[in-house]
Amino acid sequence: MNDTLKKEMVGRGTREGAALFRDWFQDLTEKAKNGETAAYVFVMGSIAEILRTFDLPMVFPEIHSLQTAVRHVADDYLNVAEDYGYSPDICGYVKADFAMQMQNGKHPMGQIPKPGIAVLTNACNTYLKWAEIWERIYEVPMVSIDVPATREAGTRTWPGDDQFEREKKYIKAQLMELIEICEDHTGKKFDIDRLREVLGHVNTMSSGWKRVLELNQSRPSLFNALTDGTVYLGMSNVFRGTPEGAEFFTRLVEEMEYMSANGIGTLTDEKYRLSFIGVPCYPIFRRFNEMFTEWGGSFVMSSYLWFASGGSNLGFQYDLTDPLDSLSEGVLISVRDAMDSMFHPELTVLNNSKEYNIDGVVYHPIKSCRTTSAGMADNRRALMENSDLPSLFIESDMMDSRVVTEAQMKNRIDAFFEGLASRKAKATIGV
Amino acid sequence: MALSAGVDVGSTQTKAVIINEGLEIVGRSLIDTGANVVQAAEKAYLNALNDSGRREEEVTYVIGTGYGRYKVTFGDTQVTEISCHGRGAVHMFPKTRTVLDMGGQDTKAISVSETGEIVDFCMNDKCAAGTGRFLGAASMALDIPLDKLGPTALKSEKPVKISTTCTVFAESEVLSWLGKGKKIQDILLGVHKSISSRSISLLRRVGLDDEITFTGGVAKNIGMVEVLNENLGSKMNVSDDSHFMGALGAALFAMDHIKTSRIPAGGEA
Repeated sequence: MNDTLKKEMVGRGTREGAALFRDWFQDLTEKAKNGETAAYVFVMGSIAEILRTFDLPMVFPEIHSLQTAVRHVADDYLNVAEDYGYSPDICGYVKADFAMQMQNGKHPMGQIPKPGIAVLTNACNTYLKWAEIWERIYEVPMVSIDVPATREAGTRTWPGDDQFEREKKYIKAQLMELIEICEDHTGKKFDIDRLREVLGHVNTMSSGWKRVLELNQSRPSLFNALTDGTVYLGMSNVFRGTPEGAEFFTRLVEEMEYMSANGIGTLTDEKYRLSFIGVPCYPIFRRFNEMFTEWGGSFVMSSYLWFASGGSNLGFQYDLTDPLDSLSEGVLISVRDAMDSMFHPELTVLNNSKEYNIDGVVYHPIKSCRTTSAGMADNRRALMENSDLPSLFIESDMMDSRVVTEAQMKNRIDAFFEGLASRKAKATIGV
Repeated sequence: MALSAGVDVGSTQTKAVIINEGLEIVGRSLIDTGANVVQAAEKAYLNALNDSGRREEEVTYVIGTGYGRYKVTFGDTQVTEISCHGRGAVHMFPKTRTVLDMGGQDTKAISVSETGEIVDFCMNDKCAAGTGRFLGAASMALDIPLDKLGPTALKSEKPVKISTTCTVFAESEVLSWLGKGKKIQDILLGVHKSISSRSISLLRRVGLDDEITFTGGVAKNIGMVEVLNENLGSKMNVSDDSHFMGALGAALFAMDHIKTSRIPAGGEA
C-alpha cells in the first residue's frame, strides 16, 4: 500500500469538513459584524434548495447550539436562558440559542448573525415554538412548511398513490408561498435555473451521503457513525446545495471506497459493531465514544445520521426537468423519512442488521429532547421482540452536563459489553 | 486447591468473598466503604482472608466489582456488579431468571440466562429514589437504626402514602406525616411501599420471570422483602448472603479464569 496516498486519503473527510466548518463560522461572523441577517433553518427540512436560490446565508441554530456543548460552554448559555425563566426541562438547543440571542450572537466559534427570516418544518414539535421566539424578538417572517407524516409505521405512500399526490400538491403550494416571501424579503426575482443548479448539487450530495452510509457495511467499519459521521452530517446540512458540498461528498465517497478496497478501518481491532439510536452526548462527545471503543465497539450505523440529515440518507434525486414538482416530492419523501427515523429507527435497524453485521444496539434517550426520546423504551421493546439483538439503554443529554453522569454511564456500558463478550464467546464454541 | 476472591466496593459498604474450587464460600467480610476507597477494598479483602483462615498466596485471582472496582488496586481485573449479581444469584438459586439488586444508591433489575449471563438490565437513573438511600433518609428522619426499619414497618396496619419520588424530599414528607400525628410504623410501611413500587416498575421493564432473587444490602430488610413479595404476588429468593452476591459473582468469575487458564491449548484439562 502506498503510505503517502494512505496518509492523504484516510481522514480526509473529517479534515476537510472541519476546515470548511471553520470557514462557514468565519463567514457568519463577518456577516454578523457587518449587521447582515441570515435565514434561520433547521436540519430536518432546511429547504436550503429555495433559500440558496435567493443567495440567503443560512444559520442552523441546532448546530451552533450543539457547538457550545462540544466546546464545553453550554452550561453558561443554559444558565442565562434559565435566568430568563426557561425551564431546565426544555430543549437545551433552544435555551443555548436564546442565550446567544441575548448576548448579540456571541458564540465560541465567532458571532452568529441575527435572523432575517425563519423557515421550519413540523418534523420537530419544538421548531415552531423556537421560531416564535425569534419572531417575537426580531419581528421577522416565519414560514412553516407542514410535511404530512407517515400515518402508521411501515405504511408509507409513494408517487402515483392518491394520498401521496395530494400531499405533494399540498407541499408545493407551501413552497410557492415561501418563494413569494423570499422574493419580498430579498427583493430578488425567483430564478428557476438557479434552483436547477442548486438541486443538481443536492443530488450529488444526497447520492454521495447514501453511498457513504452503505459503504460502512465494510469490515472493519470505515468511519465511526457517532464521531466522524457527525462531521459528515454537519457538511450535509450546512453546505446543502453548494458546489463545496457536492465536491466534499464526491471526495468523501472516494475516500471511503479507497479505505474499503484496502481493508482500512476506523479501529485497529473492531470487536463489536453497533448501531446508535438517538442524539449524541455532546457535553462529553469524545469520552462518550471512548467508553465504547475501549471495548472494541464501533458505531457503524446511527439513526442520527438519518433524521438529522433531513432524510438525505435516502439519496433522493431531483428531476431537474421539473424542479418545483420534484422538490415538493423530495421534501415529502425525505422529511417524512426523517420523522420515521426518529420514531421508528428499529425498522431500519432490523432491515439492515445483517448487511451491517450489527452486534448490538445502543439507545440514547436524552432529557431535553422529548421528540427523539419519548418513544425509545417502546421502540427498544419492539426491537427485542423482533430480533435477538442485545441492546443498551443509557440516558443523558445532548447539551446539559448537569444530567450527564459518566460513572453511571460507564457502569452500564461495561455491563453491556460483558454481556456481548459472553454471547460472542458462547457463539464461538457453539453453545 | 486454588482460591479466588471477589471484592465489591459499593457506595456504602465494601464486601469481599473468598471461594474454593468447589465454589464454596470460605471467607467473607463486610465493612463501611468510607472516604478511602482503596483502603476499604484492601481491608475487606484481608478481613475475608482472615475469616477463611487461608494464606494470601493461595488466592490465585481477584476480581474487583462495584462502583469502586477500579480502586481494587491488587485485583487482576474488573467486572461490573450488574454481571456479578446475576452470576451470584444464579449460583445460589439456579432457577433465577430475574434479579433485583437493591444497594445504597442503585436499584437494578437484571434479567439473566440459565447460565447467569445478563440478558437485559434496568437501573434507577440520576436519582436515588427507590434505593437504600431512601431508607437511610427515613432512618435519619425518624431516628431509627437501619436494621429496625423493616420490623417496625411490619407492625403497621394503616400505612401512609409517600407521594414524593425524591429521596431528599422524602425526609420532609416523613416529617410532615409525623407532624400530622401519624404512627412511625405507618410512615415506615409507606416508605417501604413507595420503594417497592419503583422497584417493581424496574422489574417489569426487564420482564418479570418465574423466579426472582433479591440481592444487595436492602435484601437484609425483612420489611422490604415482605412488601415486595406481597406486591409481586410471589416469594422471592433471599439468601443469608444476599449482600455478598456481587462479591460472590466476582469470585465465581475469578474461579472461571483460574480453571480456564489451566486448559492447555487445543485440549481439555
